[in-house]
Amino acid sequence: MSALGAGDPLFSNGIDTTVVLIVIGKTLVIFVMLLLAVMMYIWFLRKVIADMQNRVGPERAGPYGLLQSLADAVKLFFKEQSMPESADRWVFRLAPYMSALPAFLAFAIVPIGGAVTIAGHRTFLQLADFPIGILFLLAMSGLGLYGVMLAGWSSGSKYPLLGSVRASAQLLSYEAALGLSIVGVLLQTGGATSGGQAHPGTLSTRDIVSLQAWTGHWSGSPGNWPIVHWFVFPAIISFAIFLIAAVAETNHPPFDLVEAEQELVGGFHTEYTGIRFAIFYLAEFMNLITMSAIAVTLFLGGPAGPALPGLPRLGWFNAWIMPVFWFFLKLIVLLFCTVWVRATLPRLRYDQLMDLGWKYLIEIAFLWLMVSGTVRVARDQGWNLWIVTPLATLGAVLVYGVIYLAMPKRDELVEEIR
Amino acid sequence: METVLFFVFGTFALGGALGVVLARNPVHSALFLVQTLVSIAVYFIVEEAELLAAVQVIVYAGAIVVLFLFVIMLIGVDRQEDLAQDPIPFQRPLAVALGVAAFVEILVLAGSTWATGEHTARGVPVRGGSFGNNVDRVARVLFTDFLWPFELTALLLVIAVVGGVALARRSRHRPPPTSVPADAPEEMTAR
Repeated sequence: MSALGAGDPLFSNGIDTTVVLIVIGKTLVIFVMLLLAVMMYIWFLRKVIADMQNRVGPERAGPYGLLQSLADAVKLFFKEQSMPESADRWVFRLAPYMSALPAFLAFAIVPIGGAVTIAGHRTFLQLADFPIGILFLLAMSGLGLYGVMLAGWSSGSKYPLLGSVRASAQLLSYEAALGLSIVGVLLQTGGATSGGQAHPGTLSTRDIVSLQAWTGHWSGSPGNWPIVHWFVFPAIISFAIFLIAAVAETNHPPFDLVEAEQELVGGFHTEYTGIRFAIFYLAEFMNLITMSAIAVTLFLGGPAGPALPGLPRLGWFNAWIMPVFWFFLKLIVLLFCTVWVRATLPRLRYDQLMDLGWKYLIEIAFLWLMVSGTVRVARDQGWNLWIVTPLATLGAVLVYGVIYLAMPKRDELVEEIR
Repeated sequence: METVLFFVFGTFALGGALGVVLARNPVHSALFLVQTLVSIAVYFIVEEAELLAAVQVIVYAGAIVVLFLFVIMLIGVDRQEDLAQDPIPFQRPLAVALGVAAFVEILVLAGSTWATGEHTARGVPVRGGSFGNNVDRVARVLFTDFLWPFELTALLLVIAVVGGVALARRSRHRPPPTSVPADAPEEMTAR
């Protein structure tokens, strides 16, 4: 079992009661934090969208309507739970938890702060630092699919079933693009780095974050700014694909076809009421927050950021507070973008969704991998990057052109179905 | 610790496997299959083969069983099956025979040695050495010693996909089938 906590110094001196208590404490903190984050996000979302639409938004419960989500949650807790006559009782009860559990678990790999000392034990502000790291996210998002699928199937009625069939196709399609965009980051982790010394790539989220956190100075030339080591710059296309695929993977607008209310009533959770519905709702937003946190980790340097000047660099404030502050600042910026997209873009049609996933995102992700792989090799071999990079890009564009010409066009497909 | 985990997840894995066979409803069977797969992934983690555990959950639980469920839902075979009669004759005796053969094979393999003289049930140490953790080791052998079989497998999968699409794709000149599921995803209807 030691292998799972391999990266965390917490486990290096054996496991005693204090270590177990620290792990339990971290788990509780992350659990409560996620619940609170979902409540705050829902409030934030409603307020921001209201503002964009010239409305006031929730304002009755608490100051500025802050307690609105809490009030909604309490209401849902006390509501009657109904179950359709034709439902598969066992699976119907299981489905909400299958949806919520992976959403919670996936957050375990997100580093929200640096290394700190708790009760004499040095540890990371992160629940788990697996050697398989980011693959754990893919595993969890794969399992999260079951909740949606089983909910739709077990309801024993038509609209939920249609919603869940849509969901499974959508999630499977975008998981491919999501995985490929993550590979774009992993490609940046290996190879020659700071000391000119080669090291293998890594999957661990902690290592990915620390590779981006090279110290530099804002006063120097742009090449020395601390920010240039964020993977968002060398893997910009991967970042774009990750964001699109992540929103599609979590079924949020404009990819919320799974619960398109104009077409499918409520989609997969049409038949759910009360607390079970609340769990689905929770899982959905938790997934979005987790995905944004992963995007911050992979591309935006995670908790990396300038320490507060004037205080000791390794003092408690700069070790505990500042990394967490930077992490949440980046997270909130990304979450604001999701709200922005939600308020701006109309929902995609189903065929547009599939086209985007299979005909654009996956191909572009593959070609981008080839380009950045070429650049990677060129850098390690000392080839001239100014020649290699444009050539590789040109090659990728040409290949995509050929693929695009070979794709059957929309009218042909429609013709073929008739 | 290892012993406790072995028995707990062994029970889960075997219970799931029995469930797959005994459940009347195909969807329940698929769910039990997920239980077995995840339990075995835990075994892989205990044996410090983390990459295998991750791949097991991502590929098998996250994609293959999902496709099973997808097909079950789409084709609508999710009702209770009549198990009294065998749809394919000799299927059951054959299954028992193959099962016994596989079991004997595992027993024989567990007691013998490889050509290198290494005991088969022992395997190679996963950690230590200059390769770092399990992921690094697998990556290294996959992209050096086993690159050729690895690429061949990839090619085989591509051929299978292309073949599947070519077979499923309806010709323009043939009459279309009478009904197309209204909400079937595009691959199902359009290709």
